[in-house]
Amino acid sequence: METQLDIVFGALADPTRRAILGRLTDGDATVAELAAPFAMTQPAISRHLKVLERAGLISRQRRATANLSHLEAAPLRDATEWLARYRAWWEESHGRLDALLARLQADPLATRDRDRPANAGE
Amino acid sequence: MSRTTIDAPAGVPFIDVTREFDAPLELVWKAWTEPELIKQWLGPAKYEMVIHEWDVRDGGRWRFVHRAADGEFGFHGVFHGEPSPHGFLQTWEFEGAPGHVSLERLTLEERDGRTIARTHSSYQSVADRDAMIENGMEGGMNEGFDRLDQLLARLQPAAVH
Repeated sequence: METQLDIVFGALADPTRRAILGRLTDGDATVAELAAPFAMTQPAISRHLKVLERAGLISRQRRATANLSHLEAAPLRDATEWLARYRAWWEESHGRLDALLARLQADPLATRDRDRPANAGE
Repeated sequence: MSRTTIDAPAGVPFIDVTREFDAPLELVWKAWTEPELIKQWLGPAKYEMVIHEWDVRDGGRWRFVHRAADGEFGFHGVFHGEPSPHGFLQTWEFEGAPGHVSLERLTLEERDGRTIARTHSSYQSVADRDAMIENGMEGGMNEGFDRLDQLLARLQPAAVH
């Protein structure tokens, strides 16, 4: 079963769609405005907007002659809180691994945790 | 620059974590397989990682506890298949949710002296994946709003209303 969170993550998985959301944080925009920074046709952008709309990440309304897209923050916040925790866990781990690898490269014998006595063997 | 990428695709119970390290494969492999080394980096720094077993071989067991002021979180599993410097396969179970076992494959690939580490995690269902990550990754939750291609930081003001 596909949950709303899955749909949101699916929508966020595409870099063009993330860029569109980034643009919408500056304010509502038309399809033409959203298409401008990309080497993409307006119909292609419209397809991305449909995915974002289905995920509840944007809403669209007709204003005069143009369709304006509007960013909806709530589902993005839900998705990012969930993912942020996982990401934070790994990012902090990887940052610590960077530091460890740098230490090991500087001094191959520095394999022991500095706070703890060395153990013999593996 | 933060380079950890996380992909949690819709509709399938997988998560992929990818990260490049400025070190040769051999060293990254060591850091991942030697208990004395892995306990220095796996998990947020606020945890003391107490390793009971980390026996990287076919059928070898592993168990560790992350210990901090806010509690203890135990994890255990088994390594499957013959590990090689290009990676290993392990089951992963959070002791707070027995029976919800995921399968994690680590793949290491060296390119120009740098190493790309990929972790592909398979859960029993999408719901299992979402619940496990919510429950099993309590640590380090405050630092997170800094990526998703920088979008989140910009969104924070918009999210307040």
